[in-house]
Amino acid sequence: MAKSIDVSDLDIYYGDFLAVQGVNMTIKARSVTAFIGPSGCGKSTVLRSLNRMHEVIPGARVEGKIMVDGQSLYDPSIDPVAVRRQIGMVFQRPNPFPTMSIYDNVLAGNRLNSKRMKKAEQDAIVEKSLRGANLWNEVKDRLNKPGMGLSGGQQQRLCIARAIAVEPQVLLMDEPCSALDPISTSAIEDLIHELKSEFTIVIVTHNMQQAARVSDDTGFFNLKAAGQPGQLVEMNATKKMFSNPDNEATEAYISGRFG
Amino acid sequence: MTTTEVTPTHASLPLTGPRLPQWAPALVGLLAVCAAGLLAMLLGWGIVAFAFLAALLFVVALPLWSVSVEGSRGAVDRLTTSLIWVAFAGAAIPLLWLIWTVLSKGLPAINAAFLTYDMRNVVGDDQGGIYHAIMGTLIITGIAALISVPIGLFCAIYLVEYGKGTRLARWITFLVDVMTGIPSIVAGLFALALFVLIFGPQIRFGFGGSVALSLLMIPVVVRSTEEMLRLVPDDLREASYALGVPKWRTITKVVLPTSLGGIITGVMLAVARVIGETAPLLVIAGKTDSVNLNPFSERMTTLPVYIYYSVTQPGTVPFDAPPGAEAPGIERAWGAALVLIVIVMALNLIARLVGRIFAVKKG
Amino acid sequence: MTTTHETEPEVSPPSQRGDRIFAGLAKSAGLVILAALAAVFIFLAVEGIPGVNQPAETYAPLSSFLPYVGRLLFGTVFAALIALVIAVPFALGIALFISHYAPRVLAAPVAYVVDLLAAVPSVVFGLWGARALAPQLVSVQAWLGEHLGFIPFFAGPASVTGKTVLTAGVVLAIMILPIITAISREIFAQTPRLHEEAALALGATRWEMIRYAVFPYARSGIVSAVMLGLGRALGETMAVALVLSASPVVTLNMISNTNPATIASNIASSFAEATPAKLSVLIATGLVLFAFTFAVNFAARAVVARSERKFSR
Repeated sequence: MAKSIDVSDLDIYYGDFLAVQGVNMTIKARSVTAFIGPSGCGKSTVLRSLNRMHEVIPGARVEGKIMVDGQSLYDPSIDPVAVRRQIGMVFQRPNPFPTMSIYDNVLAGNRLNSKRMKKAEQDAIVEKSLRGANLWNEVKDRLNKPGMGLSGGQQQRLCIARAIAVEPQVLLMDEPCSALDPISTSAIEDLIHELKSEFTIVIVTHNMQQAARVSDDTGFFNLKAAGQPGQLVEMNATKKMFSNPDNEATEAYISGRFG
Repeated sequence: MTTTEVTPTHASLPLTGPRLPQWAPALVGLLAVCAAGLLAMLLGWGIVAFAFLAALLFVVALPLWSVSVEGSRGAVDRLTTSLIWVAFAGAAIPLLWLIWTVLSKGLPAINAAFLTYDMRNVVGDDQGGIYHAIMGTLIITGIAALISVPIGLFCAIYLVEYGKGTRLARWITFLVDVMTGIPSIVAGLFALALFVLIFGPQIRFGFGGSVALSLLMIPVVVRSTEEMLRLVPDDLREASYALGVPKWRTITKVVLPTSLGGIITGVMLAVARVIGETAPLLVIAGKTDSVNLNPFSERMTTLPVYIYYSVTQPGTVPFDAPPGAEAPGIERAWGAALVLIVIVMALNLIARLVGRIFAVKKG
Repeated sequence: MTTTHETEPEVSPPSQRGDRIFAGLAKSAGLVILAALAAVFIFLAVEGIPGVNQPAETYAPLSSFLPYVGRLLFGTVFAALIALVIAVPFALGIALFISHYAPRVLAAPVAYVVDLLAAVPSVVFGLWGARALAPQLVSVQAWLGEHLGFIPFFAGPASVTGKTVLTAGVVLAIMILPIITAISREIFAQTPRLHEEAALALGATRWEMIRYAVFPYARSGIVSAVMLGLGRALGETMAVALVLSASPVVTLNMISNTNPATIASNIASSFAEATPAKLSVLIATGLVLFAFTFAVNFAARAVVARSERKFSR
């Protein structure tokens, strides 16, 4: 049961600095939504506000509403820890825990929640998640080796396995391929295609071809003007965005005449 | 297709864990203080017992409440958070207490005469002073800085500019680190052993104290200077080489000026550290009641040594003193302690100020 | 072993002499430091070794060197361990407070205040410990003696002045708090943000994040911070000398009037009236202290160096 997300009038601050202003959008369940736009326009900031990772940065805060499954994410009664368990995240650079083996890395999230699991149960979760991340065949013989020993692309898939092992409803990906070579990138893109049958996926990317390849909907972010906060310029089906966008700025950006 | 088994089963999102209200820690803290205060009053406990009980109540009560509402994970988080806050508060108490004690006991002892008299022929509660100790401190520490700064500076230059990566440099770095842990009294004994061998067993003089302090100061200077030199970007050095400037002039004209602020800060912090040293000077510089401005002959008192002897040989409380009065030596010790702390803190503040001014200029 | 010398740019001949002199100066400064360290050993040994074999009365109340220094060493280690047991939890707590828990407005001032604590001269700590802290701890120690007397540490009878090895340990703990805090704070703060966010994004609470991401990263750093604190506590003179009226005894009792002296405090308090024979004994104990702290510091730094290599790989 993947969930849709409704964002309305979202303003995001770093201290007194207004980074993103007035975002309204709907992210559909079981689909891939891509955020594109030039650097520093707030794509990642918006993404991080979707699972309350934004507030981890000291001084950062959010105004406006984000509704998931009829609940407002920023309601005082909401536990941010529970939110992050339900809305997983994959980061720009792969970040497996350096002191843990591959096996332990995958289970890290599950161990937080239920202290006692049978060995067989653990094995099942590890296999299922690693298969889900298309990594099983590459690492099944060295599950007890440290996760840092893998290649960059494998590490990133390990991080995806770790994120899906807790069975979240939504998966947020913050430029997951920016540190990877083309072959690993293509592996991750294939994976995103497969994952969207189970999860709602939101991906931030710098690469417009990637957005076109993997996403169903695309949101284009841009700064209002130099020194002004970022904003959501246009959000539409990806096909339409890349063929006949409503907004001139979008077209200019996508056709490479700008940014 | 291998992922079909991953079928999330949650019907709806459990985003709302049961949570304690935001004011829960404050309330528990208030209750803990009240309860402990009440008990302390009823049983006549002192402030230490009260603070301990209040902290204990807080650390136990909040997680207990949390475990009944938020479950064990939340409770563990609450427990560690309260423990960490209590640790912070617990460490703040002695510092505030110490500063308050030194201020309240030291201020009454300080007046113009206290700062300008020495202790020569001072008996009982006659007006005595710390002039000789202040001068001794300044002279001995000054000479120590004169010895340590060039050695420390050049050593750091060697480590960063010339010896980088060599086996010798690695050993020096390592041993300098180890040297920062030399007990100060060992430094004093070293100076004593050295000069006793040269001048005979009765030797006590200020310069020996400077040598001992240098041993403690050099590693600090090396470490801080080294760090500052490493911060200078290689581009700057290469730019200078590219202009045909030889290496040593590059170091003196480009590298050192760039990191000057940081180096000065480091030196001043090192001075602040050794100016309060007692043990080595007790051993090698000795103690005298008169002003001695010649570091190369005769004993020389510094402020910390003065404090030590004032406490260990405080004299007696005069007959006509009001009840509760302390021995004159103790009063002078508090006064001298306040002066010493003021000097050390002033050095620290100036050092940081210097660092900040130069840093701004750089940026 | 490649050195940077080979990659140095060629300099024009006239200035080469200047360069050589400057490099020589720099290198000899480094060698001076090594020489100084060796000199400490050598001179302490030359003056101290005769102290090992002096007439029996020099070692009063004991009769030979080994038991004499042994008891002092016991006192030194005992006081330092008390200090560590008290200081380490607080220091780690404060370090975490500064790096992960404190509101931003509080973190920097707290860090600054802890640094100031490090700048307070040890003699002032000793003065405060003896005159202000000790009287306050009298009732605490009486309570410990009364209720926990079955534990050898608190066997009592409790001192009425409060000037006990427990009090000295508390003062030492406050003195080594800053160094342990400063080092572990830096290591905690260096935890890669990526790993912290990885833990948080999995739905970890703050404490779980610290356990998953911060502690594994910081473990060896904590070990070395603690050992450096231990080295400081072992060598501290004034705080102990001013708080304790000590004698060379071996006892685990922390709250009684009879307290074990430490090497450093024994030197400070016996020094003024020492005969030349006694002086050489004191220097010999100083050599033992030096060797001991050197070993502790050496081990601590070796741990740091090893872990630095591990993480830079």
